[in-house]
Amino acid sequence: MSALVTVEQCRRVMEQAARWGRKAGADGVEILIGGGREALTRFANNGIHQNVAEREQYLSVRAVVGQRTARAATNSLTEEAVRRVTEEAVALARASAPDKEMCPLLTPAEAGTPPAVARYDAATAETGPAARAEAVAEAIGIVRAAGQVAAGIYSTGESFEAVLNSEGVEAFHSETKAVFSITAMAADSSGWAKTSETSAGAIGTAALARRAAEKARLSAGPREIAPGRFTVILEPAAVLDLVGQIVPGFSATSVADTRSFLNDRLGQALFGTNIAITDDASHPLQSGAPFDGEGMARRPLTLVRAGTPLEVPYSRARARAEGKTATGHGLPLPNETGEMPANVVIAGGGASIEEMIRSTARGVLVTRVWYIREVDPYETIMTGMTRDGTFLIEGGEMAGGLKNFRFNHSIIELLKNVEALSHAARATGEETFDMVAPAMKVRDFPLSELTKF
Amino acid sequence: MKEIVLNALDAASGASGVTYADARVVEARERSLATKNGRASQVSTSETLGVGIRVLAGGCWGFSATDDLSAEGVRRAAAEAVAIAEASGRARAGEVVLAPESAWRAEWVSPCRIDPFSLSVEAQLGLLLAVDETLRREPGVTLAEGSLSMRRERQIFASSAGSLIDQTRTFTGAGFEAYSFRDGDIQKRSYPNSFGGQHQLKGWELVEELDLPGHAPRVASEAVALHSAGSCPEGEFDLILDSSQLALQIHESIGHPIELDRVLGSEANYAGMSFLTLDQLGRLQYGSPIVNAVCDARLEHGPGLGTFAFDDEGVEAQRIDVIREGRFTGYMTSRETAAAIGQQRSNGTMRATSWSRLPLIRMTNVSLLAGAQSIEEVFGGVKRAIYMETNRSWSIDDKRYQFQFGCEAGWEIEDGKRKRMLKNPTYSGITTEFWNSCQAIAGREHWTLWGVPNCGKGQPEQVIGTGHGASPARFAKIKIGAGYAK
Repeated sequence: MSALVTVEQCRRVMEQAARWGRKAGADGVEILIGGGREALTRFANNGIHQNVAEREQYLSVRAVVGQRTARAATNSLTEEAVRRVTEEAVALARASAPDKEMCPLLTPAEAGTPPAVARYDAATAETGPAARAEAVAEAIGIVRAAGQVAAGIYSTGESFEAVLNSEGVEAFHSETKAVFSITAMAADSSGWAKTSETSAGAIGTAALARRAAEKARLSAGPREIAPGRFTVILEPAAVLDLVGQIVPGFSATSVADTRSFLNDRLGQALFGTNIAITDDASHPLQSGAPFDGEGMARRPLTLVRAGTPLEVPYSRARARAEGKTATGHGLPLPNETGEMPANVVIAGGGASIEEMIRSTARGVLVTRVWYIREVDPYETIMTGMTRDGTFLIEGGEMAGGLKNFRFNHSIIELLKNVEALSHAARATGEETFDMVAPAMKVRDFPLSELTKF
Repeated sequence: MKEIVLNALDAASGASGVTYADARVVEARERSLATKNGRASQVSTSETLGVGIRVLAGGCWGFSATDDLSAEGVRRAAAEAVAIAEASGRARAGEVVLAPESAWRAEWVSPCRIDPFSLSVEAQLGLLLAVDETLRREPGVTLAEGSLSMRRERQIFASSAGSLIDQTRTFTGAGFEAYSFRDGDIQKRSYPNSFGGQHQLKGWELVEELDLPGHAPRVASEAVALHSAGSCPEGEFDLILDSSQLALQIHESIGHPIELDRVLGSEANYAGMSFLTLDQLGRLQYGSPIVNAVCDARLEHGPGLGTFAFDDEGVEAQRIDVIREGRFTGYMTSRETAAAIGQQRSNGTMRATSWSRLPLIRMTNVSLLAGAQSIEEVFGGVKRAIYMETNRSWSIDDKRYQFQFGCEAGWEIEDGKRKRMLKNPTYSGITTEFWNSCQAIAGREHWTLWGVPNCGKGQPEQVIGTGHGASPARFAKIKIGAGYAK
């Protein structure tokens, strides 16, 4: 538990909320309580230009009145604030419309025991601006020595979250996070590398700077080649930023609402047989709380086995409506979307990226993708750009940088055409949340339009 | 609040080595209501109060924010901001210099005819549920959603230069969507726009003006009709955009490229840079001669999400010409970036999403000025065109050159008339080629100041609302259909 809040403080606030809730006539009360400290050192043009720190806590009270529920939140934990938001939540619940699908508050028996996870590193929580600046200065030095210009971030922080309710449910989680991201820019090329870890000590900032600089060097003088279908090697960050776009579709509520790409497709072979995707809160490379928005323990799910989507997460309300078992993936209530996977693990294979390159007669290696947006929700067509390290592969070798492409491609088609997968690693990008993902070699990937750099 | 901000400023500006400091105390209150298929899917309120302290020491910035508003908590945050600025000096690229700005003492409250918080939640939910019922009455509608959002934000800014500015702004947003799933095809129509509808610096009067119930039957029937519509053709066509889609086109291909911090490299690792390098200012033919665009934060421009009296570093709201008769004429600046390119004054575009975040250059209201053409000329000025309405997807490269947009619905236009509906319309192009192909812009009576509520920028990311005025316009020989090209 972070020093920003204690278990005793959470329980005290819960007692207060329950008391004020009872007085206001609520049948029950649930609180989400948490907060964090995050500091981020940002650099550009080979110098630190923005350097920030923030500390914030929150309390969100959900009141239940019959079949009605509503939520009120504050960032103050004084008893006066607890009283105010609890009374407001009760008043909002009374004013809300009844929901026949709403479940009663979760009980401890139903909540289960979350998997044990250790995601807090005290040294990371205490990392100060001087230590971040030293690491940034070293990284800048590496890029500058290559005759390039560096931009990026180094952030460290801690967060806590807890769910408690008047039925006796209690769930607590603390974690730390360190993120380093760097872009190295040469005259007409750039390279990028990024890592996110629980521990700042595991980041390897200098190695990331060297990797970004090397990509910028290798992609200098980018060539323009005609758009078309290529064998494409996607590094893990590109894989997660593409495949992550369809993750919200793995939701029983989304399927029931007929807005998921899995409408009428669950249980059917959809991807290649080499595709396996799970949701596993206890995976050692994962982050986040091992319980959901109501405090229910997350259960592991087989989202895709051998190319066939099998399971979707169920919130309690959706599970009750369909006679299923809730999986511990519900979002804080009330909400529109029900539930979603939170700890996605895309299974890897045995190929290295170097082996993928050697086995490619002509193709394109993509370091990073950018501005991915859904063009067609059912066919899962996504559009986006390549960025910061796009390379031609010829005769099994890297053959220099390429100007960047726009693509429009179905993720279903992409996952049908995977020829090789690397070992899966913790991956982080900018278009979706962190996952465990491999690099992929994909045939017939359409790179449809060129930009000018 | 005033006491907190002055304590914060005293603690920061009195520290050794500090040459400039400012502090912002922000109190914000929100109400969010949503419905889905006859149920209340979101009923919530939130309140937040905190202070952000920014200091310049040793020529470098430091920023710290806290919601511990005790005297000790504020002092600790001020000391942390100073320590961070000192640490910044270990990897300094140069000394920060600020363009001068007057010391302002001001209080400003945005116009709000009907306080949206004064209406009962029952009445507001009742409106959404009535719309929901109408939408689902249409056979084939498989999902109906509606939402209302209200936000009131009071900010007191104080700086060591002597400014003390108290601003209160009230925002309201409203909209709904109808979805239809049939035979492996998901279609959707939204009103009055996607992204949760329309959002403005107004009170409940916005919701009354939108007449949500009155538009529900048409939107529902169009969502279902899209299944039977023809596929948007692929090729080169003249393109007409409705004002809401054009607003997003402005946002992505004019608004972001003119952010001077982006041009100077501040966003290179995340949001990207800009093709509008400094040598382009005053020279680049950005668009055709009928294209005129401004960045205008003043209330005179309209009640936009980027309307205020002073920005978040105490600079007065201004209007600048961005594109004049097609020529690129101005960037959005801050005090730091204005000084960096030798300009005498910031044009006042620094904004933060909350007390906890550092102000950055953000679009205020970046708008395409109304044109001289009638709506009949826009639609009927060519024999054949494709008309697209309401954004569905949007993407642009990290220098803001190559873009692709998709819309919810399209229509073939012949001799100024809608001939047939088209589904899955997309278009793509290069920013300057697109704006130089602009052939007709409708007049002021068709001009709407749209709110885009979800603009992301910065690390840590800040998602903020921006304003964009536009009226329907026509563009020649645009690439259509790439999103679905086989």
